[in-house]
Amino acid sequence: SKTLFFISFEPFRGGLDCATVEPLFYCSVSSDLEEKRIPLPSNSQSLQSCTVTVFILFLQIPLRSDYGYKVSLFSHLHQYSRKAPLTQQISIPATVIHPSIVRLGLQYSQGIVAGSNARSVALLHAFKQVIQDYSTPPNEELPRDLVNKLKPYISFLNQCRPLSASMGNAIKYIKKEISNIPSQCKEEEAKKKLLLCIDNYVNEKITLAAKAISKCAIDKISDGDVILVYGCSSLVNHILCEAFEKQRKFRVIVVDSRPRLEGREALRRLVKRGIRCTYVLISAVSYILPEVSKVFLGAHALLANGYVMSRVGTSQIALVAKAYNVPVLVCCETYKFCERVQTDSFVSNELDDPDDLIVTREGKTQLADWQSVKSLGLLNLVYDVTPPDFVDLVITELGMIPCTSVPVVLRVKNVDQ
Amino acid sequence: VDNRKLVEYFRTQMSQDPDVASAVAAIRSLLEFLKRDQSETILGLRENLTKAIGRLQEADSSVAVSSGGELFLRFISLTSLENPDLSQCRNVMIERGELFLKKISLSRGKVAKLCHTFIKDGAKILTHSSSRVVLKVLESAAADKKRFTVYVTESQPDSAGKLMADKLRRLNIPVTVVLDAAVGYIMEKVDLVIVGAEGVVESGGIINKIGTYQMAVCSKAHNKPFYVVAESFKFVRLYPLNQQDVPHRFKYKADTLKTAEDLNQEHPIIDYTPPSLITLLFTDLGVLTPSAVSDELIKLYL
Repeated sequence: SKTLFFISFEPFRGGLDCATVEPLFYCSVSSDLEEKRIPLPSNSQSLQSCTVTVFILFLQIPLRSDYGYKVSLFSHLHQYSRKAPLTQQISIPATVIHPSIVRLGLQYSQGIVAGSNARSVALLHAFKQVIQDYSTPPNEELPRDLVNKLKPYISFLNQCRPLSASMGNAIKYIKKEISNIPSQCKEEEAKKKLLLCIDNYVNEKITLAAKAISKCAIDKISDGDVILVYGCSSLVNHILCEAFEKQRKFRVIVVDSRPRLEGREALRRLVKRGIRCTYVLISAVSYILPEVSKVFLGAHALLANGYVMSRVGTSQIALVAKAYNVPVLVCCETYKFCERVQTDSFVSNELDDPDDLIVTREGKTQLADWQSVKSLGLLNLVYDVTPPDFVDLVITELGMIPCTSVPVVLRVKNVDQ
Repeated sequence: VDNRKLVEYFRTQMSQDPDVASAVAAIRSLLEFLKRDQSETILGLRENLTKAIGRLQEADSSVAVSSGGELFLRFISLTSLENPDLSQCRNVMIERGELFLKKISLSRGKVAKLCHTFIKDGAKILTHSSSRVVLKVLESAAADKKRFTVYVTESQPDSAGKLMADKLRRLNIPVTVVLDAAVGYIMEKVDLVIVGAEGVVESGGIINKIGTYQMAVCSKAHNKPFYVVAESFKFVRLYPLNQQDVPHRFKYKADTLKTAEDLNQEHPIIDYTPPSLITLLFTDLGVLTPSAVSDELIKLYL
């Protein structure tokens, strides 16, 4: 492990100002930082009344570098290229990071595992593997050591692809379960208990929740309905397939958007079941909305002020649906509820690989050399935020609630825990 | 216990005391039913009660009967009925039932106390059809020596507005009856709109006599406050998305549901007002915004 120093000079209150040394290295893993205040020798005149803050950090996780020109409004976010995965910079043997986590990180960054539920389930399975292969080192306690072991894994996964709200909640739950293990518990027993906890979490919060939500949602689907869905939400697809099996007569309009074209996957799944579908791109949404009777949307996360964070394009669909007076229903499990508050899509978002926006049509790739044009930026946003006035109903496994009641659910959940 | 006797008891309750809310009469009948019930197990008792509520709904299809019945059932079974002796359990349930009945008989007074302060001196109020809660509110405002005039819509097809006007005249409140079609015309003259509700739904919207929705839309267009007064036993676990989503068993009278061949030809007697058009709801739980209704419902039902 290498050691690097970050030195910054801070002026005393009302004292002399001085130059700040450029940071030599910056690491986002704040838990590995140790802060030490060392007074400077008194012979340096201009630096007399300054203190030196020395951060000693141990470099374990390589940093991924940003790629391409970032639009100034989103310059606080990271923009990575898919062609430069983080794993290229990790030396072999990677004793620090468990191989299943490395594999998971690659799957995230290349987009092989995508979608909120899929990512959370994959994360929990990888953690199960980690726990199975874990053995407590001597003179260490399992709860504390295991939690410390997980920290670099989480920062690695965060570098591969920023964590989603559902993943964050899952990690919080696992850390809590690990810390709650009594110290006299034997290692084998503790590991078995943890594996069982993780299985229960996946079962309760994802699988059974989906069943409860589809039961509620099917009540809202009547015969002759024309339902609009956007992109590919595993929960919405599940609901539609269940409703079709319960002999409800409806047809579906799948709206899709570039560059991910996730709607094609949803279309594939629905058509395989035999549901009548129509496929449009998002630019045609105001054209087909007069035909639609209901809009079903999935959510990536539900924020504490009632805003819905979902795939970019969702708020556009909700806006147009409101203008046409079509009810908008959001389906979301409660483990995706997060305590964050956001009113716009800028402050916290994810920037995907800008090269995805380049398309080759008729043998010509117009934007192939976009990097040479200094003032040109390609923006590939992943999420956007829908205000609660556009959403009529949120279906969770606790029942049907209005969007403004999300903090009530969070409060009830906190009381339970 | 014969279901016919239950319905008869309910109807006598309604006719004896015309001022009582239909839900209160339903709960009184359910309490009587509970006292006379002969089942051997708690589960059987619950089943019988649920069937009895269903019977009452067939007799009177208003939303309030359904919500009142369900809340009654939840309230009495909320206690830990661990006593092995069934008659003891039954006594506990009857006690809780009486408590519930006493609480809700006082709720109309609480609502009136909260609401009459919002009626200022010299106000012009618009109300829809005949609501006993609104009547109580106006009564307490008049008792508070406030001077106001009331416009009541005629509210076809049963002309209930005319009954309301008679009752108000007896209280010496100046009242004018207007046509249902004249709501848009009269809206610029009035200062506030107060209506009752047959049911308050999970989204914070209300179900009330047909014509309430257009009154709400008009008042929103004129920026006049639209107040709803309702007791808490009217909160129901329904979540309609639009007018079509309200179940048929509430939309039409009980006799119509049994005899009509094509429901599309019948006139619905209630409509749904979405929460975006409602300014405030006055209930015995306090003065609530429509978004707070869901909070209260979660507390009541979960």
